[in-house]
Amino acid sequence: MTLDAGLVGRSYPPSAVYEVGREKIAEFATALADPDPVYRDPAAARAAGHPDVIAPPTFAIVLSLGAADVVVEDPEVGLDYSRVVHGEQRFTHHRPIRAGDRLVATATIDAVKTVAGNDMLTTRVDLATEDGEPVCTTRSMLVARGTA
Amino acid sequence: MSPRPADVEVGAELPEQTSRVTRADLVRYAGASGDFNVIHWNERVAREVGLPGVIAHGMLTAGLAVRAVTAWAGDPAAVVDYQVRFSRPVVVPDDELGAELTVRGRVAALLEGGRVRIDLTVTSGGEKVLSLARAVVALG
Repeated sequence: MTLDAGLVGRSYPPSAVYEVGREKIAEFATALADPDPVYRDPAAARAAGHPDVIAPPTFAIVLSLGAADVVVEDPEVGLDYSRVVHGEQRFTHHRPIRAGDRLVATATIDAVKTVAGNDMLTTRVDLATEDGEPVCTTRSMLVARGTA
Repeated sequence: MSPRPADVEVGAELPEQTSRVTRADLVRYAGASGDFNVIHWNERVAREVGLPGVIAHGMLTAGLAVRAVTAWAGDPAAVVDYQVRFSRPVVVPDDELGAELTVRGRVAALLEGGRVRIDLTVTSGGEKVLSLARAVVALG
């Protein structure tokens, strides 16, 4: 099927607050085999000028994956998830994510197109503190491979 | 220590980085990221959907690749923008060695405000697995 161009700009209600924990950041850094102490040691993070441990550049995927589900599950989008692969991903950091952040994710459909029978859906997720400070903008492009 | 913007030249190469990704690493990344897609841990299902076998999460590959940039920059917070395009799956065999990832980076452009663009070339088994991998680093 072809994605409806009228979906572009559709925005979804903000997520519940996600509280970023030191242990979650450390777990993520360990999964990337990254020994950098700014991901684990608050003193090392403070010495580098941060108020607490910071998260690796791709940590925002933890929040944006879940936030983008509302788009994939929107019946009016009609994406066949069984045929979906991750095509592209981008992170634009307004400041590093750090332990103690209380973040809210808001998903918006940024672009849809169909190329050679493959549907491509780009979802933007804006991560901000619950007080409204912008932290990170993620863009995920999913490809639903055509059956033709 | 971060490189000083004045010392950075277009074409300069970052230290090459190699990583190994085993099935255990995929399980660990699934738990850490919350991405439990079956194709990253179940050989039977991966083959049923037409893959050659269990494949690594694209974001695991992307996360490992950007370490070459954070290590070079000396400060992960310096990476203000990072984008990747996935072009080929990284198949992870069910053995001790797993798959090998090689990451090469070079300074592609000097931007305004002490920012530089790093382009990465990420290969596994000699094949490019990301058709685009680009980071913008704020130095100084």
